[in-house]
Amino acid sequence: MMKPLKIIYSALLLAAAPMLSQTATTVPTQSNSATAQVKNNIVTAHERDGQQVFDQNCSRCHNTPQGFSPRIAGTVARHMRVRANLSKEDEQAILRFLNP
Amino acid sequence: MQCFSNSKYVKPLRRIGTALSVFWISFFVGPLIAQTTPLISGGAGFLTSTTAGATTYQPIAVPVLEAPIGQHLLIESRGNLVETVSPSGGGQGGYNHSLFLSLAYLQADYIATPHLTVVGGYFLTPFGTYNERLTPIWIGNLDAPLIFSIGTMVSGAGTGGMLRGNAFSSDKISLSYAAYFSAGSTNKEFTSTRSAGGQMYAYFPEKRLEVGASYGRLLDGKQTNSVGGHVWWEPAKVPLKVRSEYAHGAHSQGYWVETDYRLSQIHGAESFFGRLEPIFRIQQTFRESAPDRTDFLPSANTQRTDFQLAYHLPHEVRVNATYARQFSSTGNFNIWETSVVYRFLFPAWKGK
Ligand code: HEC
Repeated sequence: MMKPLKIIYSALLLAAAPMLSQTATTVPTQSNSATAQVKNNIVTAHERDGQQVFDQNCSRCHNTPQGFSPRIAGTVARHMRVRANLSKEDEQAILRFLNP
Repeated sequence: MQCFSNSKYVKPLRRIGTALSVFWISFFVGPLIAQTTPLISGGAGFLTSTTAGATTYQPIAVPVLEAPIGQHLLIESRGNLVETVSPSGGGQGGYNHSLFLSLAYLQADYIATPHLTVVGGYFLTPFGTYNERLTPIWIGNLDAPLIFSIGTMVSGAGTGGMLRGNAFSSDKISLSYAAYFSAGSTNKEFTSTRSAGGQMYAYFPEKRLEVGASYGRLLDGKQTNSVGGHVWWEPAKVPLKVRSEYAHGAHSQGYWVETDYRLSQIHGAESFFGRLEPIFRIQQTFRESAPDRTDFLPSANTQRTDFQLAYHLPHEVRVNATYARQFSSTGNFNIWETSVVYRFLFPAWKGK
């Protein structure tokens, strides 16, 4: 009985390894516009412009956050997708914008 | 061959296979997974409120925990921790203390398709805008509006399930919906009533305009309906927010309109004046039934105006000073409030 559990725990530990090796830097979310602009020139037509999605949505309900660790960018984008009923494309654009 | 078809061996082998694939997948999509570290967020603050001469003090902490699981699931929860210190009253000196711990919500969100998220658990009632959007202390500037309990089913939360999502989205318009059913609960942690309802709204991103409608039905003995509407406008060129809501319930109807103007046009948002944000709100309620203490609505027609000066300090700290005056046939009074609020946001565990 213990074996499968051990295997699952090891799998989880192994899965966590790449996460722990990420460097945590604070993202100044609003100062990424230049990078986002460069990226936007090469994104395909159906992708939403991250800067625009950010400007049009992220200060609707609250002040835009001053910055946060890139390790939680996906968690924030997923949460805001649910809370603000954002489209899937908007969530993806926000994620690209927060972590260019 | 035979021994491999024996389930005794196949099961552990499959598990090893799964474990290895999880490892390899996580290795290759590492950066993606690494963005979904669970987080702790929320607000902490100190509030004072002087209503008709009596002052209460409230140290308060409102933590939010969010844990994504896999590609589609998010578990999220918010708790309230409030200590209230108020004068004993009745001619006695001294103060009373009370500690209040409560759960605002605890829910699982499953993003099933690009247009549908299935929510289960104890969730904030989707009616109007205040409950889902402005209740966090680091977001909402002013006290809950007088019509707050209309449509939010008094406790502001439901126990059951909700379907929500973005129905349609283009550069010009985004249509959203939410529909819920709450079985109700008398459990102290999950207080809620048996009810159902939902809302729809359209957001016009270029105009920064949102228009929406909400509906709620109490399904206990009384079977009453609530309807509401909201309009939010936050023009792109001016740091102005205009927010308004109307609600009609079995006992009362009313509205509120709020304008926030951040003075960031004077030397930028980080300048001495640019950090200031005056906020003004007017609200009215009209009583349509006999007074009822359980509906948490004013017992007579009431008007209230709030004026607040918010000052945004660096490092996510905000200082607020508010003056409000309430008028009603049951008495007029002043409310003075001050608060310091700190907003926090960090990964739930340390990374390198
Ligand atoms: C419909 C309103 C709404 C919109 C639009 C919105 N937010 Fe939020 N956001 C909220 C609320 C409400 C909370 C607080 C959640 C709580 O305390 O329960 C929040 C919390 C957050 C937090 C704190 C961490 C967390 O996930 O709770 C961050 C960061 C954030 N939002 C970023 C964003 C970004 C980036 C956008 C643009 C895509 C955005 N928000 C758009 C309502 C909104």
